[in-house]
Amino acid sequence: MSVLKIKDVSKIFASGQVRAVDNFSLEVADGELVCLLGPSGSGKSTLLRMVGGFERPTSGVMTIDGEDITHVPPEKRPTGMVFQSHALWTHMNVFKNLAFGLKLRKVAPDEIKRRVDAVLDLVGLNGYGTRHVAKLSGGQQQRVALARSLVLEPKILLLDEPFASLDQHLRERLREEVRDIQQRLKITTLFVTHGQDEALSMADRIVVMRDGRTEQIDRPEVIYREPQTPFVAGFIGTMNLIEGNVANGMFSKAGYSTPLPVSDGPAILAIRPEALDLAVTGEGSQGKVHRVTDYGTHGLVDLELNDATRIKAMVPHPDLFKAGQTVTLTPKAIAAYRDGVVIHRA
Amino acid sequence: MAATLIRRPVDWTGIVFAVVLTLVIVFPLIVVGTWAFTNVWRFPAVIPQEFGLKFWNQTLARADVWGSITMSLTLATTVTGLSALICLPAAYAFARLDFPGRDILFFSFLAGHAFPKFGLLVAIAGIFLQLNLIGTFWGVVLIQLVGTLLFMIWIPVAAFQSVDRRMEEAARDVGAGPFRVFWSITLPQAGPTIAAAILLSFVGTFYETEGAWLIGAPQVRTLPVLMISFINNQPVIQYGAVLSVLLWVPSFIALLFARRVVNSGSFARGFGG
Repeated sequence: MSVLKIKDVSKIFASGQVRAVDNFSLEVADGELVCLLGPSGSGKSTLLRMVGGFERPTSGVMTIDGEDITHVPPEKRPTGMVFQSHALWTHMNVFKNLAFGLKLRKVAPDEIKRRVDAVLDLVGLNGYGTRHVAKLSGGQQQRVALARSLVLEPKILLLDEPFASLDQHLRERLREEVRDIQQRLKITTLFVTHGQDEALSMADRIVVMRDGRTEQIDRPEVIYREPQTPFVAGFIGTMNLIEGNVANGMFSKAGYSTPLPVSDGPAILAIRPEALDLAVTGEGSQGKVHRVTDYGTHGLVDLELNDATRIKAMVPHPDLFKAGQTVTLTPKAIAAYRDGVVIHRA
Repeated sequence: MAATLIRRPVDWTGIVFAVVLTLVIVFPLIVVGTWAFTNVWRFPAVIPQEFGLKFWNQTLARADVWGSITMSLTLATTVTGLSALICLPAAYAFARLDFPGRDILFFSFLAGHAFPKFGLLVAIAGIFLQLNLIGTFWGVVLIQLVGTLLFMIWIPVAAFQSVDRRMEEAARDVGAGPFRVFWSITLPQAGPTIAAAILLSFVGTFYETEGAWLIGAPQVRTLPVLMISFINNQPVIQYGAVLSVLLWVPSFIALLFARRVVNSGSFARGFGG
């Protein structure tokens, strides 16, 4: 049973100008994998480093299984961190990298060997103990880094953009492996990433962060389908955000209009590209095809509204559309935001 | 395969540099080396009339030569050891801590090399005279210690700065305290470059002449100081040549080691390369 609780934690860096994390609270349940997702500078890495003990919070409290760890030094915390750069010790081989922490804990040599072998087996690096870490591929190095944390059986596993330095193909494979290992070990995990694919595919819950604050905490499918703020809507996946005005139940923007049953005033309309039907002929709002990209399985049509606002639509048959055509736009699902909060969803 | 067939243009600039370097560095070394193993070499002969080890026997039979070798080794070891003891913690502090006056203090180590050295030595000798350090072993140690500061601060600072902080954090993460992190992670990572600095310091001290002569002579006679007196006072070139060849030994050892360090790239890393 390992539960991480973060309560009203803030971090203001020495200059006093930068509030990297602002009054942040989160509870990570036992065995849960929570992703901290946000753009650069959103405070997600600072938050993770505070949980790991590498940064001291300016205020707030952090506990693991009820025990206050706010001011505990990193070497005394029951956490294990996997760094973006792997941070393997290049003057040691794989075995020594993994055994270092166990030796510090004065584990018997036989037991060290058993545990290192077991964890190497877990990450698929059986027989790699004597290899020099610098000679391993990026993916293997990342597995060693993960194994180095896991071998100590930490209560909380912290992953700081662990796949950022890997190529796309390897990244996809490794994230499946890491998720599989995490679920097998049922280890409570806090995972920082700015890759939404990673977050959506791995997390039990996602925390979308912006300027050190929480924008939304939810399950991945909820974050994707029901973003609570325009920022989350624009940050997760591809979203058309059209700023316009509502009058008499109709949203309008540069010749495009659609029914929106909310009070009059400014609004931001959010439509996913896959929720926007296009037709070359017919009645409806008009847009002009700017570019068509065929991805094989589907196509993406770039459209321009009358004021040159660009939006995208995903279409099953891109060959039906050509640049310069005028098309009708029919949204299948929309959300609308005003003053930073959702006011309508249909 | 095709790439191997492409003829590379002749690097004339490199060849010219190599030839000039050979003439300037290797040629004098060959001449001195030849003199050391020459019994008879009279003008206008291009090569010696008689090779032999006569002057080696004569030189190595002298008590003052062995005394100066022992003195030079003792001095170089003491100075390098003390320098490491003082400079390495200081270098770590420069690399990792931010304290008032850090930058000015750091650059002040250049000061000793920014002015004519002999003038500085004379000024220090004046102070040492009052402190009764002239002609003493520790007087020479102190003056030579000043000469090692630049190497022993600047290179290790660069070495410590080039150690990935995440490696140290990873060590703390698995349970190592700050001292253990320094001992098991930082020092081995910076080790080759620091070893190069120590070696440079040792070799530099071993060859140091002006300070040893001005502060130490005549009581403290190092090998280079003895060599100068041989060259000045002895009409026989071979004595000086034999001592020169003896002085090459630390350089050769340093070169062999430096090759390993330079090849591993850690020396360049030490300088931020």
